[in-house]
Amino acid sequence: MYQFNYHKPESVGEARSLFQDADDPMYLSGGMTLIPTMKQRLAAPTDLIDLSGIPEMTGIDVSGGKVTIGAFTPHNLVADSAQVRGTLPVLAEVAGLIGDNQVRNRGTIGGSVANSDPAADYPAAVVGLGADVVTESRTISGDDFFKDLFETELKPGEIITKIEFPVPTRAAYRKFPNPASRYAVVGVLIADFDGTIRVGVTGAGPCAFRASGIEEVLNDNLDPAALDGVEVPDAGFNSDLHASAEYRAHLVKVMAKRALEDLLNG
Amino acid sequence: MSEAEVQSDTGIGAPVRRREDVRFITGAGNYTDDINQPGQLYGVFCRSPHARARINAIDTSEALAVEGVVGVLTGADMVADGLGDLPCGWLVKSKDGSDMNSSPHPPMAATVANYVGEPYALVVAESTYAARQAAELVMPDFDELNAVVDLGEAPHSEQIYEGIEQNLAYEWALGDEDATRMAFARAAHVTSIDLTNNRLIPNAMEPRACLGAYDAASGEYTLYTTSQNPHLERLVLSAFVQVAPEHKLRIIAPDVGGGFGSKIFIYAEETAVIWAAGKVKRPIKWVADRSESFLSDAHGRDHITHAELALDDNGRFTGLKVRTTANLGAYLSTFGSSVPTYLYGTLLAGQYKTPNIYVEVQGVYTNTAPVDAYRGAGRPEATYVVERIVEQAARELGKDPADLRRMNMIQPEDFPYETPVALVYDTGNYEASLDRALELIDYDGFEARQARAAEDKKRRGIGFACYIEACGLAPSKLAIELGAGVGLYESGEIRINPTGSVSVFTGSHSHGQGHETTFAQVVSDKLGIPYEDIEIIHGDTGRMEFALGTYGSRSLAVGGSALVEAAGKIIEKGKKIAAHMMEADAENVDFDNGQFVLQDSNQALSIQEVAFASYVPADYPEDLEPGLTAKTFYDPKNFTYPAGTHIAEVEVDIETGVTTLVNFVAVDDFGHIVNPLIVHGQVHGGVAQGVGQAMLEHGIYDEYGQLQTGSMMDYCLPRADDLPDFDIDTTVTPCTHNPLGVKGCGEAGAIGSPAAVINAITHALGNKDISMPATPEKVWRAIQGE
Amino acid sequence: MKISLTVNGEACEVDVSNNTLLVDILRTHLGLTGTHVGCDTSQCGACTVHVDGRAIKACTVIAPQADGMNVTTIEGIGTPDDLHPMQEAFRECHALQCGFCTPGMIMQAIDLVENNDNLDNRSIREGLEGNLCRCTGYHNIVRAIQSVADGG
Repeated sequence: MYQFNYHKPESVGEARSLFQDADDPMYLSGGMTLIPTMKQRLAAPTDLIDLSGIPEMTGIDVSGGKVTIGAFTPHNLVADSAQVRGTLPVLAEVAGLIGDNQVRNRGTIGGSVANSDPAADYPAAVVGLGADVVTESRTISGDDFFKDLFETELKPGEIITKIEFPVPTRAAYRKFPNPASRYAVVGVLIADFDGTIRVGVTGAGPCAFRASGIEEVLNDNLDPAALDGVEVPDAGFNSDLHASAEYRAHLVKVMAKRALEDLLNG
Repeated sequence: MSEAEVQSDTGIGAPVRRREDVRFITGAGNYTDDINQPGQLYGVFCRSPHARARINAIDTSEALAVEGVVGVLTGADMVADGLGDLPCGWLVKSKDGSDMNSSPHPPMAATVANYVGEPYALVVAESTYAARQAAELVMPDFDELNAVVDLGEAPHSEQIYEGIEQNLAYEWALGDEDATRMAFARAAHVTSIDLTNNRLIPNAMEPRACLGAYDAASGEYTLYTTSQNPHLERLVLSAFVQVAPEHKLRIIAPDVGGGFGSKIFIYAEETAVIWAAGKVKRPIKWVADRSESFLSDAHGRDHITHAELALDDNGRFTGLKVRTTANLGAYLSTFGSSVPTYLYGTLLAGQYKTPNIYVEVQGVYTNTAPVDAYRGAGRPEATYVVERIVEQAARELGKDPADLRRMNMIQPEDFPYETPVALVYDTGNYEASLDRALELIDYDGFEARQARAAEDKKRRGIGFACYIEACGLAPSKLAIELGAGVGLYESGEIRINPTGSVSVFTGSHSHGQGHETTFAQVVSDKLGIPYEDIEIIHGDTGRMEFALGTYGSRSLAVGGSALVEAAGKIIEKGKKIAAHMMEADAENVDFDNGQFVLQDSNQALSIQEVAFASYVPADYPEDLEPGLTAKTFYDPKNFTYPAGTHIAEVEVDIETGVTTLVNFVAVDDFGHIVNPLIVHGQVHGGVAQGVGQAMLEHGIYDEYGQLQTGSMMDYCLPRADDLPDFDIDTTVTPCTHNPLGVKGCGEAGAIGSPAAVINAITHALGNKDISMPATPEKVWRAIQGE
Repeated sequence: MKISLTVNGEACEVDVSNNTLLVDILRTHLGLTGTHVGCDTSQCGACTVHVDGRAIKACTVIAPQADGMNVTTIEGIGTPDDLHPMQEAFRECHALQCGFCTPGMIMQAIDLVENNDNLDNRSIREGLEGNLCRCTGYHNIVRAIQSVADGG
């Protein structure tokens, strides 16, 4: 790991100004991706700005028909939260499928979402549930947040402070893990908002996206069998050692079907 | 026997809880990276980013300017110092009688780098950080050359080494070609199969590491290293590489975190480090990152094979023809040449009376990491060929695969049985293992389980592997005749101390096998000395006799036998001392459970009393030396032949192609068992690695020779939730030629399981072929192809 | 930088560079070599320790993050004469061979048992997804953890 300057701001404002003043800074949240990347010398920020010292960024709030997760909240806090389990169980389930237990004790929702790893789990929830990504300066719709491979709507220095999830009538998530890394080869989250269906997909493409074709079919007919005839085009899908684009497209359909079965079976 | 009784028993056959565990579970293990020396430096290697490149020059000036850097040493510096190549320890001859073509193998690349990850320079600095910083500033001038990567194409590709045509190290053959051809001419049925045996990357959990030190005052070198066989390391570094004279070089292999073969070999890194320690006159430590392990540990397997099996009208095997292309990687690693030849072709008879067998093996160079022994080493590859083709034949003939195997098995009355591929099996009862395995898997209930699975849109399949292996490697004379550069005996020494406690020195190295426990059980049993009073010492060339170390499931069969023979010598000497003390003749003294008993009397002396007398020889035989110690070099009379039946049952998810191993039965015949707890553990671990090969693991290079599976993010090691509980049992036919009647158990799990798992998957898929590893996408595609 | 942390109940201060990993603080600066490094991608779990009672990977924490942490390592949970029940179970069930993954495996196993009710074979296996063992095939590790989960 290269040398770097380390900062631990106590407020979002302080973090922003530290960012502005540094040459090539990066924010450090849980560090579950960033630290291994730095260890491999694949990332070399001049300055690391640790967000762990900003108290208001950690925590879970359930009110106003929303579940709000502070950006610095570790995955296991979400997975184990009685409030989340009671109100938005699918989010607890998604959080509980990320990485492994040790990673879930350190990794944070803000770090995961900001990184926009194509195979991360949380992005499926942000997209599938239509969450709002709140930064220090604005609110970004989940539909607009993920742009491309490791690219998001965030501007340089912008900090996710919390993510607000609307609560659907019911929802379910199915993940097909990469056998080696346990990231999602494909993950599909289906949410039913009083009859309106949203489908968030991670793993398959360069970033998480809504599967509008599947949504259309399910809005007409909320039946797993309805998905049999759906074509999931694989254009632009990821293709690697573990799964071709074609196989990923197939898995999107299968995972969607299984998520829907879970959703219908409550 | 109640649990309490078992606990109190520490002799042969008792499931003694391991004594080494106490240090490991409390974090007090002493692995190479846990050892430090005052003033030590840290080494980082510069490794070739190219699969094949000429090294025109290396500019080290910027690197040397980094604060804390003590030196940058290159492959050319090693050559200039007159250091020799890393040798291959087994000379294989081609079928035309010519010697194998050995490529030059400098410890660090000096003129050409031949695989990605090959070291060409060592940076030595006051900290790992400084060494890493400097390593990035070492500037090599490379001319990239065309790399030969594809194994099948390698013999027709550009020549990697001058003078080695078709990139062939050898074209080896075994068996009677003409007789086999005749058998096929007369065959009623011929089954053909094409197989690949996937490249594996061993991944012992402890990465390789070393700490080299030079003492200028004495001229002695000390090398702590992650080795399965420190004496072999010393021999090679002194006799071949010529780092230091053998008597001035001490190799210590402390606690070693797993080996599986990958820590047998003499690698570039420890060679360069111990040499560099002498040059800079300070200790140097190097610890591999896992990424380096992926690139530079010797890989395993990597064969392409075409095989044909001839059968007569009754389904009896009449001939087997096998043609294999084996990847040796860029260099012949320490035993790389022997693995796809003598450890492979000789095993192709399996458990069967196939009368005619002929095998040809092309050993091929490619611009990839060297390939050498990995758990099983040749024998899993042979078992995979035999057991896949036999299963395939059963399906083609519509016969039950268990029945077809049974009717072709060598029977107990046939032993000793000489195979057409040069081995003489001493003993076995293959049907006993098969029968027990069928019982454990509930073979009769399979169809009902299959039907239930179908209701859940799952396809259930069952697959067999009846394997044999040759272990306890083996008579030195035979091995040396076949090309081995070293003997294959093992040393052992027992010292009864004056107070009656015992120090046992064994050449067998333990890196997970539990020798400190089992060997103490053996010595306790033979000498009647309390288990707690016996200490097992291993892994240090400064403390024990020359030894060959641990590989090929040989520790108990060879190293353990050495201790039994040493115990016999102790008893013989003890009888003379005891006879003198009891004023009797030695022939009238019996030894029983720690007591020297005078026949027809009530006189007896304990071995501890006799030991004390031997060191305080007041009342002592005049013609006898003081002391009670004995040393043995045990050279086996034959290989041992563990064998057994593995049965796998899988369920395939038709929609996703995900295969779940739902049941795995292993019934093995390891001969007598010293510690069943440890033996079962060895089987569990071996099976997990075999299942990993069958379903998860694959070392993949791209067309440019870049390793695609260079981390645990992409190379899939089995995790707990990839595996079921294993159902294992043993049968016993004692080995006929060693004093313990033991055969060895370390590799069996990895040998039998890959074929069993793939046979189960192809069974589930209606006999569609599938290559290892059977990943979900491959299985899904096979299903789609219907 | 100087950082203060509590390790196995004892307050410690070390002077290290920013880019030092917690696992290196433990191994190199505090001499607690029971915590191992088996990979460089945070996959193997050999470096697992507890921070405030929960399992984390010490190879993925940098020194400044460790400032103020309350860390427990394998050396802090039991001694040869007074083993933690999980250590005892690992020995009793032959849940280790080479021992290299063992400290991390035990630390994760303790987290698993302390934070989950009704553990069965499947959930124990899933709970070990962050820890690799190359020797045991996990069979006896699962047995050991089950025995502790079942109350001994």
